[in-house]
Amino acid sequence: MTDLPGYPSRRNFLKASAAGVALSGLAAQAKAQETTPPVPLEEYDRSYLTADEWAFVMAASARLIPSEGDGPGAIEARVPVFIDLQLAGDYGSADDWYMEGPHDPDAEPARGWQTPLSPAEIYRQAIPAFDAWCQETHGAAFAELSEELQDAALTALQNGDVGLASEIRDFFTILLANTKEGYFADPQYGGNHEMQSWVYIGFPGARAAYRAWPERHNEKYPLGPVSISGERA
Amino acid sequence: MARQEKKKDVVIVGLGWTGSIAGIELAQEGLDIVALERGHDQNTVPNFEYPQQIDELKYGVRLKMMQKPSQQTLTVRRDGGETALPYRSLGSFLPGNGVGGAGTHWNGLNWRPQEIELKLRSHVVENWGEEIIPEGMNLGDYPVSYDELEPFFTQFEKVAGISGQAGNLNGEIREGGNPFEGWRSEDYPMPPMPTTYDSAKFRDAAAAMGYHPFHAPAGIASTSYVNPYGMQMGPCNFCGFCERYGCYQYSKSSPQTAILGALKRYPNFEYRTQSEVLRVELAADGQTATGVTYWDDVAQEEVFQPADIVILSSYQLNNVHLMLLSGLGEAYNPLTGEGTLGKNYAYQMNGGVTMFFRDEEFNPFVGHGANGVCIDDFSISQNDFGAEGFIGGSYWRSGTFNGQPIRNMPLPKGTPSWGAGWKQAIGENYGHAMSIGSHGSHMSYANNHLDLDPTYTDRHGRPLMRMTFNWQDNDLKMNQFMKSKMEPLAASMNPDLMQSGFKGEGAMYDVRPYQTTHNTGGHIMGETAREGAVNRYSQSWKAHNVFAMGAGNFVQNTQYNPTGLVGGLAYHTVNAIRTQYLSNPRPLV
Ligand SMILES: Cc1cc2nc3c(=O)[nH]c(=O)nc-3n(C[C@H](O)[C@H](O)[C@H](O)COP(=O)(O)OP(=O)(O)OC[C@H]3O[C@@H](n4cnc5c(N)ncnc54)[C@H](O)[C@@H]3O)c2cc1C
Ligand code: SF4
Repeated sequence: MTDLPGYPSRRNFLKASAAGVALSGLAAQAKAQETTPPVPLEEYDRSYLTADEWAFVMAASARLIPSEGDGPGAIEARVPVFIDLQLAGDYGSADDWYMEGPHDPDAEPARGWQTPLSPAEIYRQAIPAFDAWCQETHGAAFAELSEELQDAALTALQNGDVGLASEIRDFFTILLANTKEGYFADPQYGGNHEMQSWVYIGFPGARAAYRAWPERHNEKYPLGPVSISGERA
Repeated sequence: MARQEKKKDVVIVGLGWTGSIAGIELAQEGLDIVALERGHDQNTVPNFEYPQQIDELKYGVRLKMMQKPSQQTLTVRRDGGETALPYRSLGSFLPGNGVGGAGTHWNGLNWRPQEIELKLRSHVVENWGEEIIPEGMNLGDYPVSYDELEPFFTQFEKVAGISGQAGNLNGEIREGGNPFEGWRSEDYPMPPMPTTYDSAKFRDAAAAMGYHPFHAPAGIASTSYVNPYGMQMGPCNFCGFCERYGCYQYSKSSPQTAILGALKRYPNFEYRTQSEVLRVELAADGQTATGVTYWDDVAQEEVFQPADIVILSSYQLNNVHLMLLSGLGEAYNPLTGEGTLGKNYAYQMNGGVTMFFRDEEFNPFVGHGANGVCIDDFSISQNDFGAEGFIGGSYWRSGTFNGQPIRNMPLPKGTPSWGAGWKQAIGENYGHAMSIGSHGSHMSYANNHLDLDPTYTDRHGRPLMRMTFNWQDNDLKMNQFMKSKMEPLAASMNPDLMQSGFKGEGAMYDVRPYQTTHNTGGHIMGETAREGAVNRYSQSWKAHNVFAMGAGNFVQNTQYNPTGLVGGLAYHTVNAIRTQYLSNPRPLV
């Protein structure tokens, strides 16, 4: 490939990432960092979620993407960290969205986001409401239930059978979306730990240079993923 | 009291595709020009650099290159009986923001309309008679013809740097090109892009059924290229982070790669970012504009910018909003059909089939925004409207373009959306599916229109624009027709599994899923001031020194992505300004 003027960093990066001959400074650094394991989830210093909310997000994401079977689960991917950081940031507070009233939270779903609450506020109000439903229906808060009962409770939540107020009715939708985002997003956001989800499905992450590949038909791309920070897996 | 800036010959509102075209062409006349852009400045370096740009969460999902609804949005209702509600978070369409506009993060599919699409009413009336036009459909002719626009399509394609293969060169049909395209005076500036596996499979299946496959016309460089302004592009490497992203490679056609570098070298051109135009100011007699008032986001104050010519190039939705707020015409009334501003809002009618091939490898991350092979065998010019019972058509395309896993994870219908079953399914299916899309026309209707919302306001206290829009039977029928034709083709490829997604009868507009950012109409061209808000030169009928560019000019939408026509019309307009208006400013029609 030819480098374009004013664009020196690219060649270095590709040299380093192609087939893994040599490690670039960036990648070497990332490898070195890996020897320091991340903070265990139990000791993670939360940015937005309270202890009870954290317990819920840990338990719920573990059922939405369970650890059993092939591929990482949400816990191995550190999805709860991702969710905590997203809720603490401008997504959580709906900074980019139009949030002026009047609001019609009862509007048909096809009309889009109509609650007065931001995503972070929905988590804050919906978790205790859902926990109360779990308590009443199954005798314990969500995080304390057996896996079978947790799955049943999440199914009820998804189907709208929990009786959440209109303002927080989209809780399951955002919880599931955020869980999948945390599973597949670049590791810099706290989830997709060691790019395990990318390895699992065969997505090369931030490689983003495939000049030789369009015409290699029906041939599996052989290289593992790289992350934006230069990590490799 | 608004601050007042020094008078300019020309003020340009919005520095995306059309604003950049107006800027450079009028700068060549030596005019003193300022472009006002509400968003931030951005360029390939440093804003689109590798690897920061390769971030699905930030750009693909959180949409950090797009207009923020907190800054500007609109309200939506499906019919006059509903209360319009704000489009609070982005979904169905994603207007651009910042220098380059949506031109930085588009897919790059660059089409010309078919000849008859510009004279669709006449085509229908001549062939089947007026009686096949459904009640409530505002079917019209454009006041310009394909032949008049052809040189300007060619000019835009050369500037933008389009890759493809001519199918109709001066009337001669060429093997491998699109035999149903409008004639072109020159071949594409660059040869077509390489063909990915899904496209090749589709091409072979389509050819076996007697259809006419060709490469999608792509605003993506297949080779090194230097355009007429001296701007350079380098070949695309199929990075797969194209639609919704800026190109880190100088390969995607955009205002940045094609125009802005050259434009910024003109000493008589200047641009100001974080400058959001609030309204066009009219002279006391209402016959001309005196300039624009904008909000300077840095100084936090209103500024009056006087100018002799005002170019509205702020994207279809923003143009219509500004024109409504400024009284640049009369608001359209769907009950009487009177008024023109907001009239004939239209969109796009799409569908598709997804096929799973368990043992085949598609590498969906290898792609670009305009990748693929297309057919036009069911396009507007090929369909018998009288026999089929609808007016319209579509092009079909198959080609990987966005294999990023948060948003692109096709799974067999019935797969659980979470849990062990979901996790197993993503492992089994990612990379083993391909799809064919149908990208179809959308007609204009009396009911689908834009006006000002009675309730909701923006951060400047101005009423939001209100969109009244729903799907209509005619276009839904067209979509179902495409389904009936596409499913047999897909089946002929023997997938392990296939599934269709085509809206049908009774479908209601849902603002949540992304559909297209092909919003059209609202300041349409008209033969007379009664029919449209602007004339054939995109010149306001109300104030002759205001020109409104973009897809707002479309009388009804075509079956194609809009930018080829938007670019052609923009060059047509600036040519008229240069050759007819400057020497004698007046209504050109
Ligand atoms: C994700 C996506 C994919 C697309 N793919 C395709 C495709 O494949 N093919 C195709 O043909 N088209 C495609 N489009 C559409 C294409 O991008 C537009 O047709 C094209 O950019 C329109 O040019 P424009 O000049 O009208 O608007 P833009 O290029 O969007 O420029 C408008 C500019 O005006 C600015 N602005 C708005 N309001 C104001 C104001 N009040 N004051 C000052 N500045 C203002 C905006 O910030 C923006 O920079 C796509 C669009 C999107 C979003
Ligand atoms: S796919 Fe090609 S044109 Fe698109 S962003 Fe990547 S390198 Fe640029």
